Amino acid sequence: MQALVIAAHGSHLNPDASNPTYAHADTVRETGAFDEVREAFWKEEPHFREVIRTLESEEVFVVPLFISEGYFTERIIPRELRLDEFEPEQWESDGTSASQVTLEAEDVGKTVHYCGPVGTHDAMTDVIVQRAESVTGDPSVGEGVGLAVVGHGTERNENSAKAVEYHADRIRERGRFDEVEALFMDEEPEVDDVTDFFATEDIVVVPLFVADGYHTQEDIPEDMGLTEDYRLGWNVPAEVDGHRIWYAGAVGTEGLMADVILERAADAGAELGDAIERVRQITSSATESESDPERTSQAGD
Amino acid sequence: MVATGHVEELVRRVTGDGDDNDIEFDGLRITRDESADDEFTFTLAIDGERVERTGLDADGLRAVLAGEAGEGDETVDAYVTNWHYWQETVGGEGTARRAFLRWCEDAPLADDDGAAVPARYADLRDGIDREWGQLRITARFVDGDGLDGERAYDLWHVDDADADLDDLETYDEPRAAREIATYDEDGRYRPLKTAPTLDTGWAFTGLSGTELVDAVGFFYPATIANWHREREGTLDVDHWSETASRQSGIYEVVSELPREAVDWLAEACCVDSQCLRRREWEYEEGDDLDPDGGDGPFPCREPCSLVIAAARKWAIAESETERTYELELTPSERNQLEELIDAVADDRTDEIREADVNDGANRYRARYLRAKRFADGELEMREQ
Repeated sequence: MQALVIAAHGSHLNPDASNPTYAHADTVRETGAFDEVREAFWKEEPHFREVIRTLESEEVFVVPLFISEGYFTERIIPRELRLDEFEPEQWESDGTSASQVTLEAEDVGKTVHYCGPVGTHDAMTDVIVQRAESVTGDPSVGEGVGLAVVGHGTERNENSAKAVEYHADRIRERGRFDEVEALFMDEEPEVDDVTDFFATEDIVVVPLFVADGYHTQEDIPEDMGLTEDYRLGWNVPAEVDGHRIWYAGAVGTEGLMADVILERAADAGAELGDAIERVRQITSSATESESDPERTSQAGD
Repeated sequence: MVATGHVEELVRRVTGDGDDNDIEFDGLRITRDESADDEFTFTLAIDGERVERTGLDADGLRAVLAGEAGEGDETVDAYVTNWHYWQETVGGEGTARRAFLRWCEDAPLADDDGAAVPARYADLRDGIDREWGQLRITARFVDGDGLDGERAYDLWHVDDADADLDDLETYDEPRAAREIATYDEDGRYRPLKTAPTLDTGWAFTGLSGTELVDAVGFFYPATIANWHREREGTLDVDHWSETASRQSGIYEVVSELPREAVDWLAEACCVDSQCLRRREWEYEEGDDLDPDGGDGPFPCREPCSLVIAAARKWAIAESETERTYELELTPSERNQLEELIDAVADDRTDEIREADVNDGANRYRARYLRAKRFADGELEMREQ
């Protein structure tokens, strides 16, 4: 038997923080590729600490629903899962290339394949592009359009910016969009000045965040000048400095994220049959109904 | 008349190739004596009495199992279908899932006697009720009479136990439990799943054993696993001092919480009125906390993330030095302060009637006190 654990942050205050985790877990459940699928959280239940013991499978694939390698993926999750042998060096990562490492969880005697975060997987590039398609409602969006991939960025962890730049570079190389930029909340180049970085009239802004919350629903829209007050919402697209900005919240809510989770598990040796193809089918058809260019945001908490 | 398929499956099992095909389960025993030309012995243990048939060949065994040898159809049927349900449908020997489902119908578990098959079958026809936190679980037969022994499980809130099913929102998909468990009856977010604030008005009906375990797992995550570990003697309790010293980042400070403050913390957060888990962790091995751990069926094996987050707040606050303040209050106002704190601590503010000015936590009473004793938004007092 094999099990999948999706390890996410969760929230004590915001009931919606775990929605993407549940949604992607359910997509994976529908494929039947795993005998067991569990959501696990740092701030909700089941906690990382107690999730592995709820499984009957001997082989467990743990995929962190986090954007970059850092404090949570290198320290918190392994510690709380009791992967006592884990050292970040075992990932042999340059900051965005962690794939997986196989360990034993001490409290349960199971084999745990501890995977790198979803945010740095190559398949994440496709999710960002799909997000651009769904927010504009245009499956071939790209020509004459600029794309800003926005991350948190922090001076404390250089990997936070690396993940954003990694995907921005990959999308730029494809030549699909006229311009592609990596922008940040807490470091240069800053998302506040988004219109300075683009010559194109249309700019699609995709925040590389796992869930919607304070950053994606309050900070970023106000910083970019989409709205005076996040509580009033904003238009998609919104006019700013003669540009049209297409912004609709965290990329982690995109259905195709379930594909990235499966890719991580497959890279670690999970036997998935045709699950990846099926998830791509399910989530790409779901895009049509999800995308609504006219919608305005809901205030986060 | 028992399902022929179940008899054939059992016969196939005991006559199969291999060394150890004997059956011994819940009082049903079938053994093969290879030295005596493959003769079978069939035994039923019923409340201390034994029914035994020896020297059976395969056909003879088949006849006994099918209730054609005068043992009493219903009794033999029950043992055969009981074997089938537990060994073929449920399986999972040694798992928490199996142990929990056994507990649901008061079946024998490793460390207790439980009820014998005929008594359990009589009860399952009416439904056997168990409580798990605020959950009421009913184990019953799928078809009422239990001819094939297949069980189904119904799940609802203990407060809805006497409600008419028509008045409840019914579900059959365990994942629906996630949404129900997310909000209390006032629509407030429930970050602690085992808080005694589970909303009412819903029911899951006709769940399979696996679905029941999934649904309970969504309502009360990991409680079945830890309950099972406790029964098996393998519950790994992490006491306060271990959990606190493991923290890092912004939570590293919790290990500085004074010893006596951990008692207050447990009294504030970890009693039955706040959380249905039974606290098994103490300050450290050999140093118990003062408050009672509670009476819940499932254990709490270490301080949860909410306790750690609150402990961070208290650890920072407790690092401040105490000072002496002087302020003027009438005796009634002093009593009122106590009533206000009690009302919030006991989550009673919603119940205080608009015009009940006899209650110190009444809104008008609080506003009056503020109008009288506050200046510039602060309680007027002098620091000594």
